[in-house]
Amino acid sequence: MARVIVDVMPKPEILDPQGKAVHGALPRLGFTSVTDVRQGKRFELEVPDTDVATLDEVREIAGTLLSNPVIEDFEVRVEDGS
Amino acid sequence: MKIGVVTFPGSLDDGDARRAVRLAGGEPVALWHGDHTLAGVDAVILPGGFSYGDYLRCGAIARFAPVMEQVIEGAKGGLPVLGICNGFQILCESHLLPGALIRNDHRTFVCRDQVLRIENADTAWTRDYTAGQEITIPLKNGEGGFVASPDTVRELEDTGRVVARYVGVNPNGSINEIAGITNERGNVVGLMPHPEHAVEDLCGPGTDGLGFFTSVLQSVLV
Repeated sequence: MARVIVDVMPKPEILDPQGKAVHGALPRLGFTSVTDVRQGKRFELEVPDTDVATLDEVREIAGTLLSNPVIEDFEVRVEDGS
Repeated sequence: MKIGVVTFPGSLDDGDARRAVRLAGGEPVALWHGDHTLAGVDAVILPGGFSYGDYLRCGAIARFAPVMEQVIEGAKGGLPVLGICNGFQILCESHLLPGALIRNDHRTFVCRDQVLRIENADTAWTRDYTAGQEITIPLKNGEGGFVASPDTVRELEDTGRVVARYVGVNPNGSINEIAGITNERGNVVGLMPHPEHAVEDLCGPGTDGLGFFTSVLQSVLV
């Protein structure tokens, strides 16, 4: 078994109110060095193999269900050490 | 005229939508998300609520419900489809309408009586209004900010596909105050505010919402 990670992030030009809320909370906690926060999602997919066909299928899953291409970008990678 | 109203797990306004259809003079038909048929209805409403708990993204999982195969096929063939609030989000996720709805820019849930201007009175769902008419219906959403690429917004504006626009305040950060849009053919309409909550004088801000439901009865007759 192997693990494939899909990271989904809001596109840079899309407003990210959740990231802004997190960023806004930091100074109240005394953290002042962070200049911006963007919030996304991480999916961990367990697969029997990480051959080309499987990764192609994961990319299709990421592009159809896990992300909305209108507002989000995704990245697929195989987790190290698995 | 039979108007189907789809209930997904987490739909909230399916009952009010069926009631609005009945008050408009149509025959409401309850459809279930797991259905593989539309039971011969003449139009479909995707109601508001939080289908599948808004998990993943609003409307993202509902878009793949069995009944949506028939809804999408029907919509492409001219079947009138109205998506209200969560239904609008489902139509965008289904790519029946362009763009997407994201969290309100002010990050809080909004619930208010909202003034809208009807911009396009030629769609299957807005025929009983006149272009430029202002109506007041409830708005209640947490993720109602309409966004789309600049090219898409330009196309929507240039081709008259903005159906309704917020008047007075922009309650959720939508681009160009867009409250509702339609597809090229005018049979599919997505609207963030809730016309089904403004169909009787007893409750809500009046009966300004009834026109969406009487319009489609005409469309179906034509």
